[in-house]
Amino acid sequence: MSSQTLHTGTDKDSGSTTGTPATHRRSRRRGRPAAGTVGRYTALAVAAALTLGPVLWTLSTSLRAPSESFNLPPSFLPINPDFTAYQEVFRQINVGLLVLNSALVTGLIALGQMASATLAGYAFARLDFRGKKAIFSLVLATMMVPVQVTIVPVFMLIRGMGLSDTLLALILPAIPTAFGTFLMRQYFLGLPNDFAEAAALDGAGPWRIFRSVYAPLAVPGMAIVGILAFNFHWNEFFRPLILTISEQNFTLPLGLVTLQGNLGTGSISVVLAGVILSMLPALVVFIFGQRTLREGLTAGASK
Amino acid sequence: MTTTSTAPRQTAKPPAARRSFVERWLAMIFLAPTLLGMALFTFLPIIGSLVLAFFRWDIISAPQFVGFANFASLAEDPTVRVSFLNTIMFVIVAVILQLGIALGLASMLQGRMPSWLRVFLRSTFFFPLVLSAASVSIFMRYMFNEQFGVVNWLLSLIGIPAVPWLTSPVASATVVVLVYVWQNFGFSFLLFLGALTNIPKELHEAANLDGATGWKQFSNVTLPLISPTVLVASVMAIISALQVFDQPYVLTNGGPGDSTRTAVLVIFESAFQQLEFGEASAIGLVLTVLILAVTALQFRLSRRFVFYQ
Repeated sequence: MSSQTLHTGTDKDSGSTTGTPATHRRSRRRGRPAAGTVGRYTALAVAAALTLGPVLWTLSTSLRAPSESFNLPPSFLPINPDFTAYQEVFRQINVGLLVLNSALVTGLIALGQMASATLAGYAFARLDFRGKKAIFSLVLATMMVPVQVTIVPVFMLIRGMGLSDTLLALILPAIPTAFGTFLMRQYFLGLPNDFAEAAALDGAGPWRIFRSVYAPLAVPGMAIVGILAFNFHWNEFFRPLILTISEQNFTLPLGLVTLQGNLGTGSISVVLAGVILSMLPALVVFIFGQRTLREGLTAGASK
Repeated sequence: MTTTSTAPRQTAKPPAARRSFVERWLAMIFLAPTLLGMALFTFLPIIGSLVLAFFRWDIISAPQFVGFANFASLAEDPTVRVSFLNTIMFVIVAVILQLGIALGLASMLQGRMPSWLRVFLRSTFFFPLVLSAASVSIFMRYMFNEQFGVVNWLLSLIGIPAVPWLTSPVASATVVVLVYVWQNFGFSFLLFLGALTNIPKELHEAANLDGATGWKQFSNVTLPLISPTVLVASVMAIISALQVFDQPYVLTNGGPGDSTRTAVLVIFESAFQQLEFGEASAIGLVLTVLILAVTALQFRLSRRFVFYQ
């Protein structure tokens, strides 16, 4: 917020200096750039501090002794790290099981989406069949339907299938993906047609063309779908809250919220240790897959 | 593809016809997992919701047809009404903040700057997007604690008395907005950054020569050029803000009173706590209509206001 006011402030300053082009050009070279740059860098620094501050506070507070974790002044840098909270969080909740559940759910959804979206995206991009346009519009239309609208019937469907309170209840409904299909279609449309023509001249049928020409080239597109699925479902809260009942089927976010409910404000570093642990996979994705994730997230907006 | 392959008609017709037959079958097989899955987990549930909205059903006893009673209760039930008003207020404030901050920061990243700094800032603003909203709400709830929270401690340094962040209606609604925007501005930021980077440099140089700088250049040159992105970013931000749940659920659980109760929170409560599945479906449908209306508005607006090159 403060960054915003600062920003518009510098804009107004620069606007008022524009008298005639000549004076303006002079002021641009001497006076204004310095003031503008200072304002710009201050605003960016404040925004960066406000973004990273809470994460640093969480990290360093998780490294304080549980009994002192809520003492003031707060700590923003872990100077004397104390790992008691990390030992304690393993005693309070079954971290291993939560991680395993989250990994299973997220991993299988990601794999399922990568496979189904690749096949469907390929069909929409490179195969010919009747009603292609209409079916594709129908698939895209499902993106408009919020998960909250379908959750009640899905909950009943899951019960009817005898999958209540199982991990499959979380996995199966999340596999069909409109956005993933859309991404893979775009991806296959972006690949050159020459390969298919050459293979067809060699007598390859539609399946061979897919299997030996386009499928091997699909990996980068599939990576985008997989990493998006991972980022979304690893952090997902609403569906697990509704579709799992017993603690043995909880995923990480659900387990942590339960832990916060149990511990309250007693020893917050224990809860925060859990939060930090749950962030680690996201951090790995962030470090190694940031570019892929960025491409995937912004892909929907470009066209 | 097939139209070109069927062109030499006399000689190549039999293999081409066979090919298109195989292709149709292959397409059906390829589409089957996605389409069957959607039929089962999206289309069937939508129909289910449409039907359920006209029934009273608690899962245990037999469903009872109640006509439009569930929709009428939306207008009459004060909690539901307040939750929709809260949601709309939330959307307006959160989306304006999110887009304003994102656009401000993205334009400040333009211009001369060491490239390591640009990469660092881009990563920083993007980072909250990879965290879970539930985890973020967990630590933010501690940060906004009235007595021991770091936010009030920082405010006390500049002489501001402790704010009851999570126990006063206005303050708690503010916290939900701030926590939501903190986590989501990075998405709009990425969209704006992409759009701004795509503006040809010559246009800015030409504007500079014409004496249009700063705000003038921004509003007359930059903004029209990125208007398609502004529209898309607004619509995406509105749609996702309409569905806010994790933050109010974890931070305040809708309270104090109903001050942070949102539409989705009420869907959750009426379905899975009060077992009013019909009412929950009706609220869900109204929310969907709102989302569809926003999308439809996008298309209308984009024809009128957006400047396409």
